[in-house]
Amino acid sequence: MAYVDAIVQGILLGGLYALFAAGLSLIFGVMRLVNIAHGDFIVLGAYLALITIQMTGLHPFLALIIVVPVMALAGYAIQRGLLNRTLGPNLLPPILVTFGLAVVIQNTLLMGFSTDTRRLAAGSIETASLSLGPISIGWLPLLTFVVAVVLIVGLEQVFYRTAIGRAFRATSDDAETARAMGINTRHVHALAMALSFAVIAIAGVFLAVRSNFDPFSGPARLIYGFEAVIIGGLGSLWGTLAGGVVLGVAQALGAQISPAFQILAGHIVFFVILAVRPRGLFPRMD
Amino acid sequence: MSKSALRVTLGLILVAVVFASAPAWAGRADLRLYGEFMSYLALAVLWNLLAGYAGLMSVGQQAFVGLGAYVLFIGVVTLGMSPLLTLPVAFVVTGIAAAFFALLLFRLEGAYFAIGTWVAAESVALVFAGIPSLGGGAGMSLPAAAVRGIADSREMREFVIYWLLCGLGIGTLAAAYALIRSKPGLALMALRDNPMAAMSVGVDIKRIRFWTYVLVAALTGVIGAVIFLQKLRVSPQAAFSLPDWTVAVIFIVVIGGIGRLEGAVVGTVVYFVLRELLKDYGVAYLIVLGIVAILVVTFSGGGLWGLVEKHLRWSLMPTHRKRDG
Repeated sequence: MAYVDAIVQGILLGGLYALFAAGLSLIFGVMRLVNIAHGDFIVLGAYLALITIQMTGLHPFLALIIVVPVMALAGYAIQRGLLNRTLGPNLLPPILVTFGLAVVIQNTLLMGFSTDTRRLAAGSIETASLSLGPISIGWLPLLTFVVAVVLIVGLEQVFYRTAIGRAFRATSDDAETARAMGINTRHVHALAMALSFAVIAIAGVFLAVRSNFDPFSGPARLIYGFEAVIIGGLGSLWGTLAGGVVLGVAQALGAQISPAFQILAGHIVFFVILAVRPRGLFPRMD
Repeated sequence: MSKSALRVTLGLILVAVVFASAPAWAGRADLRLYGEFMSYLALAVLWNLLAGYAGLMSVGQQAFVGLGAYVLFIGVVTLGMSPLLTLPVAFVVTGIAAAFFALLLFRLEGAYFAIGTWVAAESVALVFAGIPSLGGGAGMSLPAAAVRGIADSREMREFVIYWLLCGLGIGTLAAAYALIRSKPGLALMALRDNPMAAMSVGVDIKRIRFWTYVLVAALTGVIGAVIFLQKLRVSPQAAFSLPDWTVAVIFIVVIGGIGRLEGAVVGTVVYFVLRELLKDYGVAYLIVLGIVAILVVTFSGGGLWGLVEKHLRWSLMPTHRKRDG
């Protein structure tokens, strides 16, 4: 029974990992950019929520009304002002710049907030749970999972049903031709990053409500998001959810064997998938 | 030997003599600093070959520093080997580990390769943290009796370790120079400048990348072993530290000039100067380094040395080739 419980909790944990992964997958899809500072921006979003709550007294989920647009604007500005300059045939510059950003964000947060761990208080939902026979499901993990699913459905709609989604796909397929057709690809790239940062903000708040965080919590979030992307299959949003779930279940089962084995179990599953299915479980057909 | 190669060789010998004689004229604290400088120079030269020439952007080199360190401790403490004898073992073990990682990680491209190397390093760290006989997360120390095998007096031991670090620093720089001027070096330079064109004229990119990755890892393992021979204590957190063994090295190479041999030298000097200047302000030097690195990549891809080359048309370690006849 303990294992059934672990699997259920792992699936729900996968929702959080899908939130980490969705923003990463989105910008890779549009501009082949991997944001090494992705996890640190998630943590930055969490601190932004912390400040918002301290100033306004809002509930963490209501603080999203402020955190999401602010982060989206920041994403637009970072892409337009900095990252667009690094995009080109050479793969190293964007990696190096986002790597530099990661270190700057971590150490600036350290100077501003110290190494104290923080958490956002969300009231009774933190501990409330739903009993299904012998298994109890926390409302918060369930809500996280539902939010992840809704978000992915929403992103799919944006990608395949809207004008901006068409611009995303056109830029992704062939930026040169997209430009020739009158698309301002710099603007499109920046919009994609803004969308990614909106997802980052949501991921940051859910992370901060569910667990403690400190200025150095980012890299591990990047790694879980990355593992979910690779396990699920590059470029597929539903794949990131599947990848997140596989990773969450692997970690939960690993923790059953020994608490010290939790994270390593996730890494091992990642390497196994890389060995037997290098394109992931659900690669995009193209 | 060409005129420029002769000049570089003499220059390197001069630098080696100056540094090797440091125990005669430098204090204990300065000697430690010079030794640390040499270890970072070696790590930077190697990472530059990997990322700057072979295009393999690894952020997981701490895996090999840590593995080398653990080979030393396991060899000495568990198997009773002499510390210096573990160094060639560290070379072989980390090289084999790297070959194994390469099988999986080379399936990932560009930035995904970068994060993959990071996951590999995290995994190795977790494995070592989980082995109780190696002290788990707390780590282990080198027994005093074992280190006496290097030399009897503490002072002499410090000198020997310092000379080892000097040898690694200047040795890797000299070896990298010789490599770049050799035939495989020509392939590496072609790979750096244009991978597609290199492939089309018959450069076996996969093979070159694989061997660069494996040899760089093997040497990184030896450096790790010597660094931790000096520290006398190892723990997974210290041995597999991303900030210490990879972040600092990436900043050094990027600021100095990626894809240029002189870049590693210039970058290491800048890194140590900045760190010493800002040492009273906690992690401020990391923030400054990060911002400088971002600006360098965005506005001058070639780093500080790239600027020197562009404006003075001058190279300290020339690797350009002239046409025959």
